[in-house]
Amino acid sequence: MFKRSEQDKRPQLQIFVDGVAVAARQGDTVSAALLASGCDARRSTAVSGAPRLPYCMMGVCFDCLVTIDGVGNRQGCLVPVAEGMQIEIQKGKREIGR
Amino acid sequence: MSKAFSSEVGAGSREENASRQKSDYDVAVVGGGLLGSAIAWGLGRLGKKVAVLDEGDITKRASRANFALVWVQSKGLGMPAYTVWTVQASQAWSRLASELKQQTGLDVCLQQNGGFHLTLGDDEFGQRTDLVKRMHNQAGAADYKMEMLSASDVKKSLPLIGPEVSGGSYCPLDGHVNSLRTFRAFHTGFRAFGIDYFPERPVSAISKSGGEFRLTTPKGELRAAKIVLAAGNANQTLAPMVGLFAPMGPTRGQIVVTERTMPFLPHPLTTIRQTDEGTVMIGDSKEDELDDRALKHSISAVMTDRAQRMFPHLSRLNVIRSWAGIRVMPQDGFPIYDQSETHPGAFVACCHSGVTLASNHAFEIARMVAQGALEPELVGAFSASRFGGAGAANDSGY
Amino acid sequence: MTVAPKREDYDVVVIGAGPAGLAAAATSAEAGLSTLLLDENVGPGGQVFRAIASTPVTDRNQLGADYWVGADLVQSLRASSAEVIHRATVWSLDRNLEIAVSLGGASAFVKAKRVILATGALERPFPIPGWTLPGVMTAGAAQTMLKSSALVPDGRTVIAGQGPLLWLLAAQILRLGGRIDRILDTTERGNYFAALPHAFAFLTSPYFAKGLSMMREVKAKVQVVSGVTELSASGDGQLASVSYVAGGRRETIPADLLLLHQGVVPNVNLAMAAGVEHRWDDLQLCWSPVLDANGNSSVAGIAIAGDGAGIGGANAAVVRGRIAARAAVEALAPAAAAKLPAMATLRSDLAKAERGRVFLDTLFRPAPQFRIPSGDTIVCRCEEVTAKDVLDSVAIGATGPNQLKAYRRTGMGPCQGRLCGLTVTELMAQARGKTPQEIGYYRLRAPVKPITLAELAAVPKSEADVKAVVRG
Repeated sequence: MFKRSEQDKRPQLQIFVDGVAVAARQGDTVSAALLASGCDARRSTAVSGAPRLPYCMMGVCFDCLVTIDGVGNRQGCLVPVAEGMQIEIQKGKREIGR
Repeated sequence: MSKAFSSEVGAGSREENASRQKSDYDVAVVGGGLLGSAIAWGLGRLGKKVAVLDEGDITKRASRANFALVWVQSKGLGMPAYTVWTVQASQAWSRLASELKQQTGLDVCLQQNGGFHLTLGDDEFGQRTDLVKRMHNQAGAADYKMEMLSASDVKKSLPLIGPEVSGGSYCPLDGHVNSLRTFRAFHTGFRAFGIDYFPERPVSAISKSGGEFRLTTPKGELRAAKIVLAAGNANQTLAPMVGLFAPMGPTRGQIVVTERTMPFLPHPLTTIRQTDEGTVMIGDSKEDELDDRALKHSISAVMTDRAQRMFPHLSRLNVIRSWAGIRVMPQDGFPIYDQSETHPGAFVACCHSGVTLASNHAFEIARMVAQGALEPELVGAFSASRFGGAGAANDSGY
Repeated sequence: MTVAPKREDYDVVVIGAGPAGLAAAATSAEAGLSTLLLDENVGPGGQVFRAIASTPVTDRNQLGADYWVGADLVQSLRASSAEVIHRATVWSLDRNLEIAVSLGGASAFVKAKRVILATGALERPFPIPGWTLPGVMTAGAAQTMLKSSALVPDGRTVIAGQGPLLWLLAAQILRLGGRIDRILDTTERGNYFAALPHAFAFLTSPYFAKGLSMMREVKAKVQVVSGVTELSASGDGQLASVSYVAGGRRETIPADLLLLHQGVVPNVNLAMAAGVEHRWDDLQLCWSPVLDANGNSSVAGIAIAGDGAGIGGANAAVVRGRIAARAAVEALAPAAAAKLPAMATLRSDLAKAERGRVFLDTLFRPAPQFRIPSGDTIVCRCEEVTAKDVLDSVAIGATGPNQLKAYRRTGMGPCQGRLCGLTVTELMAQARGKTPQEIGYYRLRAPVKPITLAELAAVPKSEADVKAVVRG
């Protein structure tokens, strides 16, 4: 859906999406890295289970909700990636304690 | 009082027959919240021609702010009749839920598998134990089935409790419901019963002439043979217009609600419940403030702190919203159901527990209003005559 | 990690580091006021200057000169004594000018003598059938990724809607080597006539020449369909095609990405939760705060600058930020105001920056069918409530957005009405034959953004607070 411009010279780092290593760039937000990665990053909603991807990328729509390092329902578009970060695509309601 | 109640029966019926042709409605219910809606729905169910007069989008609406418990334990300390009334409501709720489901297709998600009041630390456990004892020593306690449980017994039902929980009281009659959906179901049911709902019509004056009531609203006058004042705290100003008395002592309550989460809480608590949608509601404060726009975060902090001490897993959930609502609260905490001696056909109904008592309002109060008189054996204790003209505030044990 | 504010009290707290906030904070600090700038993002710039200090897009021509103006603003801010905290989410502001801000999972509380809200704008909801499908995003979302991560569309891409940002985005995508298959222009034909009386101001504004050359640049490379009157997205769990009607003809084209845009509207949540009075703006079709010439709101001590004060664009936002800051300086340290540009100068700058705005607002007034959906089209994305659900609720007596919440939970999800509020107001207004002003808006309260329960639980509490909660 998206590709990186060749002029992007930012250092690469590695994150894990549902356990699979994925390349990201320093300065990416989690949502941008997911959309750039080509992996299926669709979450499913807590209401009907409908699939969603980020819509606004500026912190207002909450369609980018994702589990980051074990914490559920985080706004992926506001969190910058970090080396070794563990991302899980959220399906349905968040589990308590996660 | 019982004399007044019985003498009204005949008068009420004559009144109804005489006014049927000229009045627009058999009954006008003033107030479209949960209480007014339940009574109106119940009247419609009995084939009465009913109008509901309500305010607009922004007003003090306890029906939008409540905690949605169908709750028995600790209700009625100091007034045994309230215990009996509450137990009856709790038992009638499943019939209400199933009638609403049948009529509207809406599942109000009534769950009545027992509820807890958890205590933190020994002091709270001791206080609660005393309260349970006092309840048991009061008449009507046989129906009550409220008991104290140790922390380890609580844990059998609520495995996720934290180490600070010292135990709690449990009552098998307690439960909860989706109160917003109940509200919607009543309003959906209005249509099927031919009830006319008139929002944006606050009532400013009521008079009686020619055997009928005339209610003044910004959009004109409405005439009805009988009226039920169900306007929450506003009953205090409306009641005297028809020779009734409804001394109110509203308080503010705050509630915090989290995002949706997987089901984790099999029973409702007095201060924590998980809705059928998955959100977790955390209540509730009791403040002497009447501004429902402002919020005190420090009070939300006490509520959420206690919640996470009861269920440590809650701490990571996101709080999505919080709000303040103004409780509908008669001055002594107990319901007021009364009928006017000077203006026959005028009734007043107000209470704090509009959710718990919805079944009684829909079935019993509606039936009595339709008949034209309240039945003293059922609701005589709730007459405002108990205030002796000037209500003294005390606590209902709520 | 995020640092906490250095003080508990400030003369001025500015919220939002977009054009208005950057200018306001720099001005206030230059005049010697203790100034704190709080911003939710990783770096300064807001939306229009997004990633201005970190963008990997190094070729300055690609993002355009208007973007790089932001770098000067950041430089002035950094040269000033203003304290700046990023990744700071303000979740509460009240009438006492007390601010609660979430920083890395813990809240800090600061009090201000003056607050300047510069929380900007967000894109107007574009509730067409299928707008919740994966693969449908806002144009602003694509621009955010382009500026901050040099990401451009590479699948079959359709851009639909109207307004200056749409053309700017299209030009930027093309310059960075991205793909656009088609642009569907939804501008109503009648708007061109309506806008004509305001054309002179626009022709003499800086927007005109820039806008025209950008449209030429895009049209040379992409098929543009104008006069689009219907639009929908479809696919099974993922966008597969975009359907539209133009000139009475329906066409369906395969697509992987649909970018929607029909202008921006003030982001009102924090201001409304603080109790700031807003009015419906019939021209811009949104809620705007009631402000005086200095940006002061109905709440004493709270001023609003930038697009949150009513959409005016980046240049106007900068000047409004300076005006609000200067007004704060005049109130708190009158002697220091002499250091700053005169108010008269600022006002004439503002008039210049706002020139042509009425023309743009009139020309790019979104068509009713793209604002007011029908049938099964989703209105509230969070709670998945459709237009029909809303109309059914009106039929049983819902008079406004708050009663609608009771019936349908609209606006009760995590976005707190940001993506449905305008649609709900306009849909209910149409159904009830009322004006949006009469219908009103959601009653908003803190937290205006979610915070964890533990974070709320850690707010300092008194014995009286405990007493108000704990009872037998």
